[in-house]
Amino acid sequence: MTRSPILDETDRLRAELPENFRDDIVESLYAEAARISATSLSHGERPARPTLDKLLDRILTHRVWGFLAMGALLFGVFWFTIAGAAVPSDLLSNLLVEHGHEQLNRLSRLLSLPDWMSGLLVDGVYLSTAWVVAVMLPPMAIFFPLFTILEDFGYLPRVAFNLDRLFAKAGAHGKQALTMMMGYGCNAAGVTATRIIDSPRERLIAVITNNFSICNGRWPVLILLGTVFLGQLAPPPLAAVVAAASVTTVAALGVLTALVVSWGLSRTVLRGATSVYSLELPPYRPPRIWRTLYTSLIDRTLKVLRRAVTMAAPAGAATWLISNITVADASLAAHLVDLLAPLGWLMGLNGIILLAYVVAIPANEIVVPTILMLTMTLGTNLFGAEQGVLLELGTAETATVLVQAGGWTLLTAVNLMLFTLLHNPCGTTILTIWHETRSATWTAVATLLPVGLGIVVTSLTAAVARWAGWG
Amino acid sequence: MSPTPSPPTTSACGTCALNNAANLRRLGVDPSGHDLVVALAGNPNTGKSTVFNALTGLRQHVGNWAGKTVDRAEGGFEYHERRYKLVDLPGTYSLLSTSEDEDIARDFLVFGRPDVTTVVVDATRLERDLNLVLQILQITTRVVVAVNLVDEARRHGITVDFRHLSRELGVPAVGMAARRGTGIEDLLDAVERVALSPTSFGGRRLIHRNRRLERAVSHLAERVARHVPGVTNPRWVALRLLEGDATLERAVAEGRLRELVADPAELRSETVPEEPDA
Repeated sequence: MTRSPILDETDRLRAELPENFRDDIVESLYAEAARISATSLSHGERPARPTLDKLLDRILTHRVWGFLAMGALLFGVFWFTIAGAAVPSDLLSNLLVEHGHEQLNRLSRLLSLPDWMSGLLVDGVYLSTAWVVAVMLPPMAIFFPLFTILEDFGYLPRVAFNLDRLFAKAGAHGKQALTMMMGYGCNAAGVTATRIIDSPRERLIAVITNNFSICNGRWPVLILLGTVFLGQLAPPPLAAVVAAASVTTVAALGVLTALVVSWGLSRTVLRGATSVYSLELPPYRPPRIWRTLYTSLIDRTLKVLRRAVTMAAPAGAATWLISNITVADASLAAHLVDLLAPLGWLMGLNGIILLAYVVAIPANEIVVPTILMLTMTLGTNLFGAEQGVLLELGTAETATVLVQAGGWTLLTAVNLMLFTLLHNPCGTTILTIWHETRSATWTAVATLLPVGLGIVVTSLTAAVARWAGWG
Repeated sequence: MSPTPSPPTTSACGTCALNNAANLRRLGVDPSGHDLVVALAGNPNTGKSTVFNALTGLRQHVGNWAGKTVDRAEGGFEYHERRYKLVDLPGTYSLLSTSEDEDIARDFLVFGRPDVTTVVVDATRLERDLNLVLQILQITTRVVVAVNLVDEARRHGITVDFRHLSRELGVPAVGMAARRGTGIEDLLDAVERVALSPTSFGGRRLIHRNRRLERAVSHLAERVARHVPGVTNPRWVALRLLEGDATLERAVAEGRLRELVADPAELRSETVPEEPDA
């Protein structure tokens, strides 16, 4: 085969070059950039960096104060969300669930629709959709803008900076903290963001642990659980504070889990050296409040809500169907719940919750409404509910239903919050993991490891609680 | 998923002298039937996505941190009745390393051959960002340097001499504050100027300080230029060959170098057959 003369020439010339000629290229580049920059810029009297920025960084990235500030900021955001969402949530629930449902029922009677059709559409599809909107829209409309303002201000890289040391100790890449920040919005986006990590080993760790960042879909569920159960335990003035503290705790547990799992992986199947990198702390920028409000409402809130609604409709229909199709003297749902009950008991949850998780695999957002619907169908009939119909309930009534009809305890609520943190990623994220890793094995690991962990952790808390006599 | 484009400006707005981008029509996600391709490159967190949104009217998520955009985003705009496709590349500190985001950016600049590459740089971190500009100038000289965040730089007491910067780099450099929407018109003018220029701009070529390396590069570049008439970046091709770039080596061996690296404007206007390489 004849070689190209250019390639021959290349080989000849390369042989004459010093071994480290690549370093020389970089050196020439840097020297030139420094020269051009120095001659193009003129500095005024003012210091290169405003002192306010420096002061803020000294606090927000401090070894001790940094973490306290982080906790305080998160807590503040949750408190504001929970306290602020209560009134609009009740209003919406009144409007959509109580009145809307009644009107639709009247309409279906007027059109004399067959029972199964009005049941499926009005009681199944409409009610669960209305419930999702009423319960999720207000907290999201408050939470997402607040979070986006923090991001716009430049706070997220400081969080990454604080966590960086911990991730390095866990044998993971420091940039993993950044991909986790992305995961707090959406795990699928967080998994894609791991492309910024060069080393395949560290990238896999980041992919697998991204699910421990609580995503857009799970924040509202946690906020709801915290409000309905833990908040109700405290006297009313403190309710929002307790609820916010519980959500902050779960978020912190998520970071802890990510660290522990990264540590475990980097010491077993994904062993190797930690790479060094530089993390840039951008200047603080005054957030553009109106723009932030607008984009976070349109891009985040409505997007998440739309997804929840599109998932809630079929899930509502599915719930209604399994509650109303009878096989051998009991509904399909009842059989399934019986089947899942032992595992549910072990995990300090119950069969209904696990069945709801199966129904809600495509989107975690609708777990709570599905649980409610199933509980009211299968548990003691409290509010005169029909089969598979989600009744119009306020926050206090929701708790009553679950405690009295579902036999819930504090343990159930706490374990459900833990399970919300520790379970399989949603369908979209699993697909993204497959797309990014192209490996069935690692996709399976990333999917099953969190559920496995969730089962172990909730079983442990359940065992401890029962041993101590709380369960 | 699909972000809605902003409503088209009415004719009254379009002719208003106060509208600083009167000739800009944002096309959102629809870059179909474009005449020209503009790539948006730059270091992380310099405001590429903000510039992208300002030009296309899209609302790609913007965050104040490095590494937010890892994928390629595309959008369109129309300026002076020409349709442009805008490609937002992931932010990279250099084009030398091997991580996936840097590969995406480099491959697009080299093989996607955009008509214009707009490099967004941060006025407050000019020295660091110029490293990337210089690297891109080795690949293509159809470049506009958009010095963003001039408002922030001013707050820090830094002023930029754009004429000097343009002269040093050999390509237009414009100042802007994309967050406030200032400087968009200047950028569009510069992009148009470079896009429509029949000849390449005289972008700054890097002279290597190591003399043996410099001799090897110029020698090989000469051969490449002779071999592939119309190649705009023979020195870059030479350097990559010396570094052992597998894609380019294969292209040389198979006689496809010209289709890979020639100037897009020239490729469009004429079709000179490549000298067979024996």
